Amino acid sequence: MSAMSRRRILFGGAAVGAGALLTACTSNTPATDAQVKTDTSGNANAAAGKKVVIGFSAPAADHGWIAAITNNAKAQAAQYSDVELRLVEAGSDAAAQRAALATLIGQKPDVLVMLPHDGKELDATALEAMRAGIPVVNLDRAFPSQAAYRLQLKGDNYGMGLAAGHYIGEQLKAKGATTPIIGEIPGIDSLELTQQRSAGFAAALAEYGFKVANRRPAEFTADSGQAAATALLQALPKMDALWNHDDDQGIGVLAAVKQANRSEFFMVGGAGSKTAIDTITKDDTVLKATVTYSPSMASSAISLARLIGQGKGLSDLVELQVPKDITLASETITKDNAAKYAKLGF
Amino acid sequence: MITETALPEVRERKRVRLDEGVVRNLGLVGVLAILMIIGAVTRPELYGDATWVKNNIFTILQQASAIGVVTVGMTFVLIGGGVDLSVGAIIALAGVWSTTLATQSYGPLGMVFTALVVGVVVGLINGVLISYGKLVPFIATLAMLVAARGLAAQISGKQTQISADATINGIATTKILGIPLLVLILAAVVVAGWVLLNRTTFGRRTVAVGGNPEAARLAGINVKRHTVLLYALSGLCCGIGAIMLTSQATSAQAAMANLYELDAIAAAIIGGTLLSGGRGTIVGALFGVLVFSTITNLFAINNLSTEAQNMVKGGIIVAAVLIQQFRYRSITQLFKR
Repeated sequence: MSAMSRRRILFGGAAVGAGALLTACTSNTPATDAQVKTDTSGNANAAAGKKVVIGFSAPAADHGWIAAITNNAKAQAAQYSDVELRLVEAGSDAAAQRAALATLIGQKPDVLVMLPHDGKELDATALEAMRAGIPVVNLDRAFPSQAAYRLQLKGDNYGMGLAAGHYIGEQLKAKGATTPIIGEIPGIDSLELTQQRSAGFAAALAEYGFKVANRRPAEFTADSGQAAATALLQALPKMDALWNHDDDQGIGVLAAVKQANRSEFFMVGGAGSKTAIDTITKDDTVLKATVTYSPSMASSAISLARLIGQGKGLSDLVELQVPKDITLASETITKDNAAKYAKLGF
Repeated sequence: MITETALPEVRERKRVRLDEGVVRNLGLVGVLAILMIIGAVTRPELYGDATWVKNNIFTILQQASAIGVVTVGMTFVLIGGGVDLSVGAIIALAGVWSTTLATQSYGPLGMVFTALVVGVVVGLINGVLISYGKLVPFIATLAMLVAARGLAAQISGKQTQISADATINGIATTKILGIPLLVLILAAVVVAGWVLLNRTTFGRRTVAVGGNPEAARLAGINVKRHTVLLYALSGLCCGIGAIMLTSQATSAQAAMANLYELDAIAAAIIGGTLLSGGRGTIVGALFGVLVFSTITNLFAINNLSTEAQNMVKGGIIVAAVLIQQFRYRSITQLFKR
């Protein structure tokens, strides 16, 4: 090969690469699919009120769920003419988030919404904001101190496990199974949320006299899901049901199921991603249901932060203020109700 | 058998030794055999089924394929006296870049080409920073680890990018003459790596550069250029690994191939590669990867926790390095000290 043609290949590669980089922002899942509440007809709270500056901080996104949290917060804030969102990147760890929040608190926003890296580590920072008279809305990861937040809005990890367990239990009971073989693929096992999900799952299965036969944790990524599922399928040559905690890693789990040519069982997902809901609707894989843990909570957090800032309550409640603790229910999405949830997929 | 007959001879005349690499590889084969036997004893009902056993061996090999390819590249870098901490990040960047909608529109060849080019280019940058920028390999590749994962997250918009390409996804399901394609790719890379290391000037230069860079330079080897090539080779292996992993997961994302750098280094080390450079074998590295993959399999079929699995893996790394040290001093000498 002459030096000239070799150079041509190199430049060609560089050109292709540059082209790919330029168009890279058109990712597979466009960020425009945010979950926002727009239907506000006839709601007194919808009318523009006092201007509210909301500070927002969430960890740098490393997977789809966290990315959706930030996107949802931005999109929901854009719905209100009376809300100004001040967003700070929380960086990659709790220390970086503390530093970012210190700056944000210094700007005196009316309300502070944050998804902490770790509730325990950000507890003091939240207390400081509360003492400075800034109401704090905690998203999903609780602070140990009750005084550190005005509102806590979180998903229900234990309930998610319960929902998955009940769905699997009911399905297997209907089939007349007495000693079914049930597999479980959790996410990162050292996280408290994973342990809560697994505890809920085991508790629900126990009601039917069932238990988990094998459990292989993944890491919330598709490739780790593929590896965990491959190992699980190898360990259980015959399986009746499988719960995979996270739909993102579920892409890899479904790939592994296909690669192993297995179809004798049904699978339940977790979180409720758009891809998973589409797959359930099409009904051409083992994935028959998913239990939600929706990042739409970020949209709701912004709406509630606005109400807190304006001193308004929830219109259907008697109380004049927004409640202090809200735990979202985990819902089960199947083929029958998938259409209703399609817009909530992330 | 060979070790048994050879042992007394070694004791009597210390000068005469079996080829170290052969002994080590036999040891690793022994470890693999022991792991298999433990599997058969603990789950006899699974191991009693011949189809399952055949399937299981292919599964172990398939799960070792991507990391195996990366380990071959890593072994070259380690023998050459360097270290590449960015392999997992390069896989993520190459995987993400080759699965953007734009790249996917170029078809499977475009995706493979992009992954390989991204791998090689990132490897070249590593090499140039280390050779000509005089950065310590640890620092240069650590910086690349952070930067490449960052760029991957930027490109992917922090989302999991699904590969819609049937050809790419088909790599993981294709079998040729009953052997999975992923396993054949691993075999091809291992054979190519072995030939490159043991039968070419490039291989001999790698050993020379890693063993004593100054002597290599005085012997007329362009050490800087050679180092750049070693990191580019590692990057190329990561590009291949990225396609394999993307095919298995039918998707790519910035967090993929998490901690592959540690797995690859550990596999190379227990395969007999010196961290200080100058010595190492491709076959040993392959066995190292297979040992880890087999342990994962063994723990899975017995439903044991991954925490215990990681502790055993750590123990095996320590044991391998300890054995490596014992080879230079006899046990008696060690106790005398």
